[in-house]
Amino acid sequence: MVTLEHYLVLSALLFSLGIVGVMFRRNLIVILMSLELMLNAVNLSFVAFSRYLGSIEGQIFVLFVMVVAAAEVAVGLAIAVAVFRQRGTININDISLLKW
Amino acid sequence: METILFYVLAVVTLISAACVVFLRRPLHNVLFMILTMIGLATLFILLHAEFLAMVQIIVYAGAVMVLFLFVIMLLNLEEISLPKEPRPLRWGFGVILALALVVVLFPIFSHFTPSVMGKAAPATGNVSNIELIGTELFTTYLLPFEIASILLLAAIIGTVVIGRKLKN
Repeated sequence: MVTLEHYLVLSALLFSLGIVGVMFRRNLIVILMSLELMLNAVNLSFVAFSRYLGSIEGQIFVLFVMVVAAAEVAVGLAIAVAVFRQRGTININDISLLKW
Repeated sequence: METILFYVLAVVTLISAACVVFLRRPLHNVLFMILTMIGLATLFILLHAEFLAMVQIIVYAGAVMVLFLFVIMLLNLEEISLPKEPRPLRWGFGVILALALVVVLFPIFSHFTPSVMGKAAPATGNVSNIELIGTELFTTYLLPFEIASILLLAAIIGTVVIGRKLKN
């Protein structure tokens, strides 16, 4: 029997993998991908709650999360391309102008 | 049957997600990300969210990941030197830190014992998933729906403006 807890644990593990990617990769595009991973982990727990609590609101919210994620990816990749044109690199250690 | 399916899908999804984070070449990252998305879509089917599973495959595995691939090909990252990744020692430290974060962030781990906890999901009705979502989306959540479309429009315009080549 698969319970709600199974899905929550899987979702938490996926989210943590995304955090590892965001914190310890230096490649801007891989960091964007890890962000997607985290959003998807959240989506999974939304859908699991929607199923186990018997309400459709969770799935509606997942749709909105997907909209935001798609917009974020499009703008983020455009920024990555623009940064690459300016600096010739997408290593985030070299793009540290705003970092204190 | 459902339990076996869940565990297989969970393992596939987790392994490919780990590949996304830990493999070095961006191209491999993207391909494993597509596998992760398909795994998640099948998990959605297992949760009786068929509409979202289809959207997941079309939007994520189809559009978003192709966008990533496109940018990687455009920047030709395979030939330009890959960014230096941190040393193994720092990697180990990071992974340990992340595991600690898992335990702190998610209280679910502190009382999770498979096969004892929780109860099974309630049965689903005869109404189809798409019908339910459509009804809710175009009645209760009509305003957020319209705002989402404006957000997408703004994202399109912003992307075009940012991605345009500056002439000087």
